[in-house]
Amino acid sequence: MKQSIFTIKQNQHLTDTVLKMVLAGDTSAITAPGQFVNIKLDGFFLRRPISVCDYDQKTLTILYKTVGKGTQYMSTLSAGTTLDILTGLGNGYDTAKSGRHPLLIGGGVGVPPMYRLAKDLLAEGKKPTILLGFNTAAEVFFAEEFRELNLPVTITTADGTMGTKGFVTDVLPKLNGYTYFYACGPEPMLQALCCCTTSSGQLSFEERMGCGFGACMGCSCKTKYGNKRICKDGPVLEKEEIKW
Amino acid sequence: MVNTKVTLSGITLDNPVIPASGTFGYGYEFAELYDINLLGSFSFKGTTKDPRFGNPTPRIAECTAGLINSVGLQNPGIDKVISEELPKLRRCFHKPVIANISGFSVEEYAYCCARIDKEDQVGIIEVNVSCPNVHHGGMTFGTSPEAAAEVTKAVKAVTTKPVYIKLSPNVTDIAAVAKACEDAGADGISLINTMMGMRIDLKTKRPVIANKMGGFSGKAIFPIAVRMVYQVAEAVRIPIIGMGGVSCAEDVLEMMLAGATAVQVGAANLVDPFACKTIVETLPHIMQQYGITDLNEIIGGAHS
Repeated sequence: MKQSIFTIKQNQHLTDTVLKMVLAGDTSAITAPGQFVNIKLDGFFLRRPISVCDYDQKTLTILYKTVGKGTQYMSTLSAGTTLDILTGLGNGYDTAKSGRHPLLIGGGVGVPPMYRLAKDLLAEGKKPTILLGFNTAAEVFFAEEFRELNLPVTITTADGTMGTKGFVTDVLPKLNGYTYFYACGPEPMLQALCCCTTSSGQLSFEERMGCGFGACMGCSCKTKYGNKRICKDGPVLEKEEIKW
Repeated sequence: MVNTKVTLSGITLDNPVIPASGTFGYGYEFAELYDINLLGSFSFKGTTKDPRFGNPTPRIAECTAGLINSVGLQNPGIDKVISEELPKLRRCFHKPVIANISGFSVEEYAYCCARIDKEDQVGIIEVNVSCPNVHHGGMTFGTSPEAAAEVTKAVKAVTTKPVYIKLSPNVTDIAAVAKACEDAGADGISLINTMMGMRIDLKTKRPVIANKMGGFSGKAIFPIAVRMVYQVAEAVRIPIIGMGGVSCAEDVLEMMLAGATAVQVGAANLVDPFACKTIVETLPHIMQQYGITDLNEIIGGAHS
């Protein structure tokens, strides 16, 4: 974990409610895809935990949805604004277990961490398949970015306005042959995936957090391996340890 | 040079800054960030006889200038704290630590304090009486002077370490509770614990916290804490550890003027993991700014 000051380079809408923010700063504490950052915002007491979409040595990219007052405030910030950010939080995804053909499943605002994960898996010589689920065509984002990585991308929308009509679980039987899966998205999606996936996998969870670095026990959950803190021992848990 | 040393029941602290129980775990998360030996002491996570998972989630709700928590005393239990946490803590913190003890019966408090009494690392036992008494219909020990005194007596009978009773602010007369604890033999008073609070989500129209209510802490409660420390300082002669919304060196001085000998920092740690370090490092400059050369000279200074 590291606390440092970042400068906003870009903050633009991808959809009506999802924005992409690119920040310049020290990313050296980020060690794995699926980790998150915790952002201090003027006028708000608690920081805002947001998953990392991508990073290089000097740049951090996050995608966030305006769901409450904090993220609405974030959406108003312009380039040049500085933010106090804790980086390198959480365990992140373990790419070592992926096998040759991992399946990456993102649901809605759970899509962002899949991007860096896909890049890391590609760099390791693996061939990931991407499955993205949204409510409707107007809410779809980052499909092109995944295609630009030359990866097969399948999209589902609940209302059928883009891709296959239904949920990610509806197309799962057609995507057989995957060696492992990685998922991030709403909890009902994660639970459904644990039931209908044929391989092991890792899933990223969300919880209301106090500190985001393991001090307050605000985001604890029970697993088959004992109590874990979503912020410090998670947010990524293995399929086999989750207690539904 | 200024003097930041203060003394609590014969234990001299390099400075009065102490991370509050429940906001600093058992210290390791912070020891990764800085040398926590620069702290005056620290009060570890509230510990009970048996391991506890605590309350269901969500346990956290944000508020203006603070947060509500309903963690519910999640801890590994006194046996594991002694066998695992304290040995680990010994490696990163070399000063006397404050053991925060909770219980749901007088017997449980006494049991835990008797166990922790044998631990050399522990300088002070801080007894959290903001828990419900399972033998008396769940009434919180700290809301009754008699019940708080009963816990104090039971704990004092099993330990030779200084015992500080940590009081709940959710009472009509906190000075009366403090006085009852002093009369029962308490060596000091810690205050204030969190204030009961609640948030309701407009989208779901249900409480944000799974347990409906929780303890409100953070900057917003600082004036209430200062007032209560002041009132308790008028009522007792034993030392006070003041806490509640402290987030900068100026707040430390204000708490001490109200009557605190040492000061705990809670919610601020959750937002800024370096909060205590910053307070310790800026304290001498802020003292100089206000013409203070020795902290001991300002304790209770606001009382006429």
